[in-house]
Amino acid sequence: MLRQKTNWPVTILIALGSLFILFPLYIAISIALKTPDEMAQSVLSLPTGLHFENFAKAIEATNFFAAFKNSALITVVTVVFTILTNSMVAFAIARNMDKKFFKGLYYYFVSAMFIPFPIIMLPLVKQTAAFGMDNQGGLIFLYIVYGAALNIFIYAGYIRSIPKELEEAAIVDGCGTWGVFWKVIFPLLTPINATVGILTCLWAWNDFMLPLIILNDPADATLPLVQYIFQSEFGTDFNLAFASYLLALSPMVIVYIFAQKWIIGGVVKGAIK
Amino acid sequence: MKEVSKEDLALKNGSIPSARIKEKKKTMKLKNVPFYLMTVPALLLFAIFHTYPALQGIYYSFTNWDGLSFTYDYVGIKNYLNLFKDLNILNSYLFTFKFAIISTILVNVLSLLIAIGLNAKIKGKNFFRATYFLPNVLGVLIVGFIFNFIFSNVIPNLGDKLDIGFLSINILGSDKFAWLGIVIVAVWQACAFNVILYLSGLQTVPSELYEASSLDGANKWQEFWKITFPMIAPFFTINMVLSMKNFLMVFDQIVALTGGGPGRATESISLLIYKGGFQGGEFAYQSANSVIYFIVIVVISVIQIKVLQKREMDM
Repeated sequence: MLRQKTNWPVTILIALGSLFILFPLYIAISIALKTPDEMAQSVLSLPTGLHFENFAKAIEATNFFAAFKNSALITVVTVVFTILTNSMVAFAIARNMDKKFFKGLYYYFVSAMFIPFPIIMLPLVKQTAAFGMDNQGGLIFLYIVYGAALNIFIYAGYIRSIPKELEEAAIVDGCGTWGVFWKVIFPLLTPINATVGILTCLWAWNDFMLPLIILNDPADATLPLVQYIFQSEFGTDFNLAFASYLLALSPMVIVYIFAQKWIIGGVVKGAIK
Repeated sequence: MKEVSKEDLALKNGSIPSARIKEKKKTMKLKNVPFYLMTVPALLLFAIFHTYPALQGIYYSFTNWDGLSFTYDYVGIKNYLNLFKDLNILNSYLFTFKFAIISTILVNVLSLLIAIGLNAKIKGKNFFRATYFLPNVLGVLIVGFIFNFIFSNVIPNLGDKLDIGFLSINILGSDKFAWLGIVIVAVWQACAFNVILYLSGLQTVPSELYEASSLDGANKWQEFWKITFPMIAPFFTINMVLSMKNFLMVFDQIVALTGGGPGRATESISLLIYKGGFQGGEFAYQSANSVIYFIVIVVISVIQIKVLQKREMDM
């Protein structure tokens, strides 16, 4: 095939389009760095000085580090346990699809993807409160359980593509069912573990609805929930509000900048499976 | 299982004839008990925390519980009958569908165009790909707050300066146009995921097909409809179904942008269930609403999958 020349008209269109993506972020950054006076003069212009004091104030006002710790803890624990447990369930199901019980189980989990969250929302709040689960532990627990619907679907498809001969060799070497899973299958799942981990991480980190209805104690609040709670208090102090939004967005953006290829790849794999 | 027998070793070394290996293979199966130990706890937990609340919701939908009282009565299908007479419910369905249909179409058209652009021979491909995907990692609520400011301050400010009347109002404060603001934010963010999915679809189209069609003298337009679009039809199906389903559940964007207002102009079904169920003392009534909502979503998803898959086959 001939080497094609760079398509400049398309490059320019794509570049212009990407300005639409970047514009709101530019606004967010520039306002977070301005003073109210500067904003009154022009909303769009670049900040004249770098007013990092907005960030210091925002950290104090929203107790940023506490919320960051909550979000990070919830996300990390959710991701780790989701990968460990959901892959195991999917393995048992994928290897026994010829049996009625496991086949039924597969469809039971997967069909749950079609149930909109609002239908379980109202009773769930009563239930978690009654079980004493209206806290971070309960939230993590729910993420792991609810994630199973999609994750089992993703994992099972992948596990079925792993040749059974590998397991048979391990059985010959004296491995039981657990040994086969942890020593043979789980290590082979690394690429799909990454996919599930990325999807779960994005979900748990950015989710707003579940923390909103489950968490009772404001001290447990996650980053998105804190932005919501402080929304009314920010009032017209937009500089403070935007510093706070940026602080809340930045951890994931930083991770994205460094792991961009993996994250995009992971999300695509999760959707196509 | 634990002990490696002589036979096993011989089998590994290949010193047993193949007929016997086959016989051995039959017995070489994993034990069943661990498989049940792996799945039954998950089944129970899922049933307790997902299926049970769903069933409870259906149960309460036949009562008059407000969510707080100690007692409630069974009222039969009264809630369901009232739903169909309730203008707020009708309004929320109309708004949610208008929003979801228009957003789904816009997202898919824009995403496909952007994906085709990204798939062309352009400079800085990886940078642009990463830029277009960026909104997908940002929290919906916070993005909504940022856009809220853009609609309420940045754009009116610009409108005043340039003296353009329709830009100088805050569309989120307008009965007629607030929903457009929500469409813009939802589309801005949802394109990220769809672009990347279409892009990976486009990369599965073999380049020989394009070479052949250009030899046949097909123009770009024909090339798209005759080759590209049929080849990526499965991706089109996934994107249409997923985005429609997500948009029908719209919640975070509305909380951040309008809170359902002005009045009830942008009150989505999810938001109505949340507000009415938790704050409005309509626990049972909104449970009935969510049962209907569930049926609607399932029916739409199934129809979409059926229709789009049929199109895929025809093409």
